[in-house]
Amino acid sequence: MNLYFRRRLANGIIMTLSVAATGFGLLWLVLVLWTLLWNGVTAITPALFSQMTPPPGSAGGLLNAIFGSVVMTLIATLIGTPTGILAGTFLAEYSRGSRFGEVVRFINDILLSAPSIIVGLFVYELMVVNMGHFSAWAGAVALAIIVIPVVVRTTEDMLNLVPDTLREAASALGSPKWKVIVMISYRAAIQGMVTGVMLAVARIAGETAPLLFTALNNQFWSTNLNAPMANLPVVIFQFAMSPYADWQVLAWGGALLITITVLFLNIGARALASWGTFKP
Amino acid sequence: MAAEVALPGAAAGKGRAGAVGDLLFRHLTFLFALLVLLILGGVIVALIEGALPALTTFGISFLFADVWNPVTEKFGALAPIYGTLVTSVIAMVVGIPVAFGVAVFITEICPIWLKRPLATMIELLAAIPSIIYGIWGLFVFAPFVQQYIQPAIIDTLGQIPGIGALFAGPPLGIGVLTAGFILAIMVLPFISSIMRDVFETVPAILKESAYALGSTRAEVVWQVVLPYTRIGVVGGILLGLGRALGETMAVTFVIGNAHRISTSILQPGTTISASLANEFTEAVGDLYLSSLIALGLILFAITFTVLAIAKFMLLQLQKQAGS
Repeated sequence: MNLYFRRRLANGIIMTLSVAATGFGLLWLVLVLWTLLWNGVTAITPALFSQMTPPPGSAGGLLNAIFGSVVMTLIATLIGTPTGILAGTFLAEYSRGSRFGEVVRFINDILLSAPSIIVGLFVYELMVVNMGHFSAWAGAVALAIIVIPVVVRTTEDMLNLVPDTLREAASALGSPKWKVIVMISYRAAIQGMVTGVMLAVARIAGETAPLLFTALNNQFWSTNLNAPMANLPVVIFQFAMSPYADWQVLAWGGALLITITVLFLNIGARALASWGTFKP
Repeated sequence: MAAEVALPGAAAGKGRAGAVGDLLFRHLTFLFALLVLLILGGVIVALIEGALPALTTFGISFLFADVWNPVTEKFGALAPIYGTLVTSVIAMVVGIPVAFGVAVFITEICPIWLKRPLATMIELLAAIPSIIYGIWGLFVFAPFVQQYIQPAIIDTLGQIPGIGALFAGPPLGIGVLTAGFILAIMVLPFISSIMRDVFETVPAILKESAYALGSTRAEVVWQVVLPYTRIGVVGGILLGLGRALGETMAVTFVIGNAHRISTSILQPGTTISASLANEFTEAVGDLYLSSLIALGLILFAITFTVLAIAKFMLLQLQKQAGS
């Protein structure tokens, strides 16, 4: 009876701790989002979207930073998506069981978790040093390098879910392999592939470290991709670390904007992934 | 889709045309797969090339020297390496038990209808960009730590002879402990989602057998689930560690950026990534810049090793589950 009670007690304690751990994890999510809303909402004004980043001590907005972030994210997605999809296609369709495929898969998974600041250093050496100046192009390439592994991974996973019977049926009708991939595999997996791209965009929307040494920052409105360009994450970094109250308020506003975008993309991607899921 | 739309016309004709299309498409995808390897190769080459001036000047002592003086151009990586390791260890000490609890709750206790939303919410923690944790840590969490948590730690743990030195000094709010704690929150979703995935691989029949013998839930988790998934759990932890080691923005905001090694974890310090983020664009002089890149190289070597081991372990588990 004593042993029985001890085991019940141990079970109760461990299960309670487990529930507490879950509550603890969720608490941070709620806390971070709540303080973000609390501090950020007052900063969301029309001026935020219509004025440039101000010098210290005066009012302004984040228009140039928002523009820069959108432009660089867009270019990075345009570079990274086709690259990632093609590489993922190779892994899923052509390299089954091959040594080379295994190596690429392994390296890709490492790139997926590699520190983003290293990517910034790489692009600095690759582009900034060779071109002689910081530029929006370098920023976009750095972000693209972060997009690629995400898209490779999701594309491969999604293509692997497509049943082989579909491919065999198409091949039996005389279709060449590339046509099977483009017309059958892609169509069956498109939903998941789009999800992957959305997650990748969500990932780079808030990336700061790779932009510090590549796109740098710009106080002014600039559409020149060959020059430093303002972007939300770096502006937030600079403004939040500054002693000026005006700047800090703008930083909170920018932080709220980024978080809303990222959460929206993430939840959207998940909804898309589970909506009418293709069941093999 | 867009990149492939141009291709169909090429194979509209006979079977031969399809063969050409096949060859082209196969090689096209192969080239892009190769690109993934080239990116990694490029990273290694670029970092070594950039770090070379510093490494030839300071040699192996770069790793063990505790100086960081841009004026006299003497640089050593010990303080950033130390800070990187200590913050990551704190993150693991706090993060692993919580992640384990979350994974156990989701796989063993939670009702089925709650599983999905709960897992999503925990994973949203991973989706929040690190700069958000940074700004939140600086303006909300650090002041809270300074006012409530650090004084309590100094009054209790700080008074114990021996380990008291670990918790000495004035409550500053920012510092190594705060940075480590925020890292713990950030790696929690990574570790718990992998633990959850590997826990799900345990065959139901094993667990049911244990329950049939009268085991409690805790005993099933401890004596059936954990032994079965040991490799995967360690792999997940290492993956989280890899994240923690390289995390930049959240740490940069709250660690205080002091190039020194303090015994007390309440004091400011620096990590490799925080040094890079803070000093890189302001570094004057080739040797200064090169030393920073050498820091990056060290960080890359550490995270690469940790992530590679993690990946190997998870692969092994996959094979085990597949057979």
